[in-house]
Amino acid sequence: MKTLKDVEIGQTAVVKKLHGEGPTRRRIMDMGLTKGVEVFVRKVAPLGDPIELTVRGYELTVRKADAENVEVE
Amino acid sequence: MEIKIALAGNPNSGKTTLFNDLTGSRQYVGNWPGVTVEKKEGKLKGQEYKDVIIQDLPGIYSLSPYTLEEVVSRTYLVTEKPDAIINIVDGTNIERNLYLTTQLLELNIPIIIALNMMDLVRKNGDKVDTKALSEALGCEVVELSALKSEGTEALVKKAIAIANANKLATANEVISGEAKEAIKKIENIIKGEVDEKFLHWNAIKAFERDEKVMESINLSESKKAEVEKVISECEKALDDDSESIITNERYNYITEVTDKAVIKGRKKGELSASDKIDRVVTNRILGLPIFAGIMFFIYAIAMGGWSISIGTAATDFTNDVIFGEWVPGLFDVILGALHVEEGTVLYGLIQDGIVAGVGAVIGFVPQMLVLFLLLSILEDIGYMARVAFVMDRIFRQFGLSGKAFIPCLVATGCGVPGVMASRTIENERDRRMSIMTTTFMPCGAKLPIIGLIAGAIFGGSPWIAASAYFIGIGSIVLSGIILKKFKAFAGIPAPFVMELPAYHVPSFVGVLRATWERGWSFIKRAGSVIVVSSVIIWFLTAFGNVNGHFGLVDELFEDEAVVTDEYINELSAKMDVPTTEVNSMDASLLASVGDAASIVFKPLGFGNWKPTVATVTGLVAKEEVVGTFGVLYSYDDMDGAEELGEEGEQIWDRVRADYTPIAAFSFMLFNLLCAPCFAAIGAIKREMNNRKWTWAAIGYMTGWAYVISLITYNLGGMIAGEVAFGFGTIVAIVLVVTLLYLIFRKGYQPKGNEGLEMAVKINA
Repeated sequence: MKTLKDVEIGQTAVVKKLHGEGPTRRRIMDMGLTKGVEVFVRKVAPLGDPIELTVRGYELTVRKADAENVEVE
Repeated sequence: MEIKIALAGNPNSGKTTLFNDLTGSRQYVGNWPGVTVEKKEGKLKGQEYKDVIIQDLPGIYSLSPYTLEEVVSRTYLVTEKPDAIINIVDGTNIERNLYLTTQLLELNIPIIIALNMMDLVRKNGDKVDTKALSEALGCEVVELSALKSEGTEALVKKAIAIANANKLATANEVISGEAKEAIKKIENIIKGEVDEKFLHWNAIKAFERDEKVMESINLSESKKAEVEKVISECEKALDDDSESIITNERYNYITEVTDKAVIKGRKKGELSASDKIDRVVTNRILGLPIFAGIMFFIYAIAMGGWSISIGTAATDFTNDVIFGEWVPGLFDVILGALHVEEGTVLYGLIQDGIVAGVGAVIGFVPQMLVLFLLLSILEDIGYMARVAFVMDRIFRQFGLSGKAFIPCLVATGCGVPGVMASRTIENERDRRMSIMTTTFMPCGAKLPIIGLIAGAIFGGSPWIAASAYFIGIGSIVLSGIILKKFKAFAGIPAPFVMELPAYHVPSFVGVLRATWERGWSFIKRAGSVIVVSSVIIWFLTAFGNVNGHFGLVDELFEDEAVVTDEYINELSAKMDVPTTEVNSMDASLLASVGDAASIVFKPLGFGNWKPTVATVTGLVAKEEVVGTFGVLYSYDDMDGAEELGEEGEQIWDRVRADYTPIAAFSFMLFNLLCAPCFAAIGAIKREMNNRKWTWAAIGYMTGWAYVISLITYNLGGMIAGEVAFGFGTIVAIVLVVTLLYLIFRKGYQPKGNEGLEMAVKINA
């Protein structure tokens, strides 16, 4: 399974499914990371985590541990 | 008739600016997600609208049951049923903003959309067809530029009109297909059990398996099973879980709407000015140095001791000149004219109690204003969100938000603005924890204590100061780890899924307003605590029982009929001071209290009334500890000698004679870590906004100080050969083991939605 964590910086991916559960998952969906949306992985923080994404025309940051729950293709 | 209008929208959508614009009330404007956690209300500006109340809801992205802000907002909307909702939508970020709109539309409350930041939309070359948008959503859409007050007049008129007419949105169905069918079925099942007005909303929430809503509907077991059957059938058919189904439906609907109504001017992948700034500012290599540079700059301006340190200069001026000379001088003149003589009770109460107390409040304000001005600019620009982005990796190890760095840094200058700076931390639990631990940092006023102990006992060793900072930082880190494992701080894990708002030029008025708002709220809400406490300490210091006569000790000591040689000998024996050095302070109430309370500090190695009294006066201001030592160790500047040095250099010999090194070190530690000065306590009270939590914070700090000092004195003393093995040693060992247990235990694991209950109760 390829996840958002595996997407290289500067690459674009399409969200396939969201795994995990509870508040964090819901929050990720609420922020617009839903099935079929295009995500651009913009950069990684200076200390290697979290990562910055562009989704639905704005910037979003998530921790790598949470990005692992976002299946992409 | 009164009209209630709720203002709802995403964080960073310009909601607070619009609220200020509508009501004219002074409000805080920031560029940091979730800044408006408090409930704010205001009357609409203008005489003809005096019956219109605007309710500012917290900035939210959704109406999910998972965050405090969202629960507060939806509870308000469903139970208070406002007459209309103004939904403010950031035109530059329309897709995600409309996600909340789709949820608000389901509430069956008249709604109008305020499409904000239209000036920026045009500047970006984007086009929004408001007419198409309005048709697609079934409600009115008004273009707005809240920052420039464009369009608010029209918005107000239309909002009032729809409220009066109770004009509901005629939206196309947001949710379609199988999900729509499922929700219809649920509506039929729960019909009669809920308010007809919110039937649709409740049905959707039931479909999402929203536990809070399910609880409030209180269905019978059989109906619950029916609902569950509908949900699982639909989930099976669509091969997804119900929450995802609804979210997908919403975003699909939004994409349809924006495809029709929005034309993006910028090509995909083209960088905006904000993107270009961000490329440098949070750069992999430059990110940390830039962060360090900005923090140093803020520290230098607000807190440092250099010529560019405006904050320190202004506060020193207020303390030393305004409240050191001018105000007391002015009161001298006034009191003189009223024939209130120096040395009387009234004079003492006014000058030493009230004026000094008010001075303690006001003295911190200039520095705080300078600091808040800088922080407000950072927030408004959008840098604060990046601070969390850059620092998250480090601070999450101790269970703190990346932004906890700022309060700690500021607290090395002064704990009061340090505590207030914790405002920028969005998660309530993290914020509380930050408030509780920030003042462990040695602040400027604690430096004289360090200087006194280092100078008198340790030959001025720089290691003492270094160890003070080390122990301060260590206390914050360990407290973070320990506290995070308690139920009150565990609860819902704060999801670190955060918007990084676009950078923009800060609004001059907004920043000034935010700065003033914070400074004023400190004066208003912390002031009373500080003044009252100062007056109480003044009373205890000024009054006492001298040889059976109660009154002002200074006055009674001048009376030779009262202060007989016999009494001096008695007092000297009781208070353990040489007869030649007995002074009025030894007979004060504070000395008696200190004498009685000193037993508490026996296990820490300084169970003597002098350090006890010094510790108490340290609550007024930490530098008072040294001043009190000066008095208690009878430093007398009347003999033509200079004033007592800041670090009490003149009394070092006498202090050295009284303490073993480890006892002195223990005393220093306790004073550095225990409850901060009254001003900081006032700030804690203001930020906690809750009596229980204020006391918990003070109790925790004092308890922590006691434990650390006890361990240091007993174990350190034994290693150094100063303290014999005894009961204290055993207690110290037990405490060390307990601490280690608290640090390494697994900690409280929140189950399901537990913790959420608490979050709601707080706002109930």
